[in-house]
Amino acid sequence: MTNLILMVGVFVTSFVIGYLLISRVPTLLHTPLMSMTNAISAVTILGALVLFSQPTNTPEKIMGSLAIITATFNVVGGFVITDRMLRLFKGKHTESNNT
Amino acid sequence: MALFFDISVICILILGIRNFRQPCGARIGNTMAAFALLCAFVLVLYRHGVVDVGTVIIALLAGAMIGYVAARAVNMIQIPSMVAFQHGAGGVAAFLVSFVELTRDAYHLDVVSEISGVLGLTIGSLTFSASIIASAKLANKMRQAPHILPAHRTLVLLGIAAIFAVGALSFYVPNEILGYVYLIQIVLSAILGILFAVRVGGADMPVLISFLNATAGLAAALCGMVIGNQLLIAFGATVAASGSILTHVMCKAMNRNLLSVFLPPIKPQNEATKRGSSGGVFFAQPVSKEISVVETEDAFAAAADILKQAHSIIIIPGYGMALAKAQFKIVELAKLLSKNGASVKYAIHPVAGRMPGHMHVILAEAEVEYGDLLEMDAVNPLFKGTDVALVVGACDVVNPAAIQSDGTPISGMPILTVHDAEQIIVCNLDKNPGYSGVANPLYENNKAIMLLGDAKASAEVLIESFVTMKGQDNDEPNHPIRNRPLSHGRR
Repeated sequence: MTNLILMVGVFVTSFVIGYLLISRVPTLLHTPLMSMTNAISAVTILGALVLFSQPTNTPEKIMGSLAIITATFNVVGGFVITDRMLRLFKGKHTESNNT
Repeated sequence: MALFFDISVICILILGIRNFRQPCGARIGNTMAAFALLCAFVLVLYRHGVVDVGTVIIALLAGAMIGYVAARAVNMIQIPSMVAFQHGAGGVAAFLVSFVELTRDAYHLDVVSEISGVLGLTIGSLTFSASIIASAKLANKMRQAPHILPAHRTLVLLGIAAIFAVGALSFYVPNEILGYVYLIQIVLSAILGILFAVRVGGADMPVLISFLNATAGLAAALCGMVIGNQLLIAFGATVAASGSILTHVMCKAMNRNLLSVFLPPIKPQNEATKRGSSGGVFFAQPVSKEISVVETEDAFAAAADILKQAHSIIIIPGYGMALAKAQFKIVELAKLLSKNGASVKYAIHPVAGRMPGHMHVILAEAEVEYGDLLEMDAVNPLFKGTDVALVVGACDVVNPAAIQSDGTPISGMPILTVHDAEQIIVCNLDKNPGYSGVANPLYENNKAIMLLGDAKASAEVLIESFVTMKGQDNDEPNHPIRNRPLSHGRR
């Protein structure tokens, strides 16, 4: 029971802190934000890793590997795309009259 | 001690997200978030260890490679489709982990873990199937218009009921057949995901994609509850918060509620006839095109003339601009205009594009500084004193019917008040109504000049006539803009 309370507590606290911080993100950055949080949501890779902490049978191994592949795809893809997007944003200071 | 490490990792993540408040810090924020995830990975590795190292390493390398290659290959217009696909990948990982944990340790798990597991299965699978549909629609592999099946609403409600029933059933069946019950649950959830995703049309995609962002995070958090991992729960909850905020922002910007996007109207046929027969401003019928070549040329000449005289210009880009790949030409035109002494800004509606903030990224790729991108609330008061509003591939977001008439599908939706500008130039493909089906009275406004046709071609004509005119007036022989390489930034 204490376990449940702890887990719900962690969930609620993270949700609230995340909510407060993210509501201050400007519209300008909403696409990179979603792309980054999308990469974070592949944190399920930790779950997939835990699966492999015990001996696995073949179906478990297949499903576990698939989970790791999809999650890593998500993590790496998400962070790389976000970085590519953020590099595109240029402020006034980088303005150059390149004629 | 363990708690200390967990909290440190979560703090790095939070600091990373905090950096997203400003564009200049966001890159560091992204790197910090990636680092936080890496730390979490190492922590789990250290605490639990791995039995089958080979398999794990191969799977990691494979996933990382595909992810990297895919991320390098997409261009900015494809981002929404790619992000939707990645939501799907997250969903797959979530339901696979939940499934393996549930079937493997069914007798060890306590009730809380079991409930979380079943929810994880459901939400993961639903996120997966809906994301794949969203991704296909966004990539134009599927028709973008809403697909409404017969008795769609009933089917969705039945699906939800079935999922609850099977989910409840899974607590009463013997362990031997438990795996099959979970499989049925996965399949049912996937079907439900498809059912509500096919219903969503192209312009409503920002809502769907934000919603899936939230569900992917929720699935991850539930996955964390199954294995009792605080890091997973915290990370997942943060993502769920982010997705919820974006969903809310998008719904507000379209004046819709979530249910009306996902569930078809109760009586779709009636709705359609009502729209057709009631006439008025929102008569959903294509306006006939009767534009002779001469008139069109006149329009272009007039438009170029107006642009040349203008001191303040606001450009309103819509998704049509991105579809016509006209953004580079429009930006080229804008640079010419500002060289001519005019102030040029861009007005961006929150739902321009196919995901939240999409238009900002598309324009950033075309090398527009973000200081020139104005949000709706900031820009609307400015239209009154603006010489020219240049609409490119946008319809519903500048449709005055949304604030002037009642009872249309877009009534109440906040719009960019383009009609307040002195002159309006519209570079749209045709005069047909936008996604909402509501005809745009702006096109008949006597302040408006219509440049119909492909936006990229229109922009080229404008640039051309502008350069010629300028040459005649100022005897300026060299036109640096003309000699610049055109399509840059596409990888």
